[in-house]
Amino acid sequence: MGFFFRKKETTMVEKTKITMVNKRGKNLGKIKGFSIQFLPYAEIRDLDSNERIKKILKIVLENNIIILQGKLSSEEEARLIGDTMAMIGHIKNFKGIELAVISDKEEEGFFNQFRTGLINILSKGDLGAVTIIGPASIVKEIKKNPKKIELMLKD
Amino acid sequence: MVIKIIRNFFRNIFGGLFKNKEDIKLGFYGPPNAGKTSLANRICKDFTGEEIGKVSKIPHETRKVQFKEKVEIEYKNKKMTFKMIDTPGIATKIDYEDFLKYKMNKKDAKERAKTATQGIVESIKWLDDMDLVVIVLDATENPYSQVNITIIGNLVARKIPVLIVANKIDLKNADIKKIEAAFPEYDVVGLSAKYGKNLEEFYESLLKLSKKI
Repeated sequence: MGFFFRKKETTMVEKTKITMVNKRGKNLGKIKGFSIQFLPYAEIRDLDSNERIKKILKIVLENNIIILQGKLSSEEEARLIGDTMAMIGHIKNFKGIELAVISDKEEEGFFNQFRTGLINILSKGDLGAVTIIGPASIVKEIKKNPKKIELMLKD
Repeated sequence: MVIKIIRNFFRNIFGGLFKNKEDIKLGFYGPPNAGKTSLANRICKDFTGEEIGKVSKIPHETRKVQFKEKVEIEYKNKKMTFKMIDTPGIATKIDYEDFLKYKMNKKDAKERAKTATQGIVESIKWLDDMDLVVIVLDATENPYSQVNITIIGNLVARKIPVLIVANKIDLKNADIKKIEAAFPEYDVVGLSAKYGKNLEEFYESLLKLSKKI
């Protein structure tokens, strides 16, 4: 299992800056009731799509925000959304998830793309990407632009 | 899974032979409140005189997939017949309390949330059955939402041609360039479904893309 960050954190993940701010743009102080869990790709690499989604939703349902190394396939993302919808109304206080993926793929030159592609094939995943998934009861919004993800937490 | 593979195999083998006899299944996808039904209504009204569904300011108004058969779109001597499929907006979360802001009572809000979740599941299922998809985005919103990327990724994986519409260009804070920058590999047509602005460019792009099927 991955490791935990504690509350107020600013984490650098390769070129990606992850900041935790409130809706007024201020850095948050103490936030209670959840953890941020880093999930290395190795943790899901050998799982099939069902198991991956099950694992992710289990962590989210325990009020954790997941920072996943790499990304799910588009089909898995769609399945994750579908499974999330099926759970709303059946699990108390569960209102869905917030989801964002950031990847630096577009900015790479040809050689780097080739090298990254090769690494991704060998590792069976897109390791240049970072996926953030959090329960909607905690994460109000994930604002994203190509270089930055902001987690807007609920008051 | 096996049934799906067999079904796709037969569709690929025999689909080509009978393709011309079937109407093109044109899907409208996107996040809630982007204007999918408004655009589908505009097209249906232009070419059949009837609308496909109800629109509302309250998100998740469309909670079931809606159809309009035999919509013959004609533009500059080009003509094609479509089966229009308007889908519920795809979201990753639904909170019934959000509907209370629209002066809805709790019971109705809860029912709306329930049917909206079912609608999203239905939308996702329908991705497999489209021939061509128009992604309708609200040009005043941030296009980098993961829902948009997930929908497009799924269509690319299924080799379904995509046309992106930047809707609501009548609004001051609409930004088509932001959408173009987010999806540089796709044609982006800016329009206002509500006021019927720039529909000509949309029809031209749509008919052009239909030839790729």
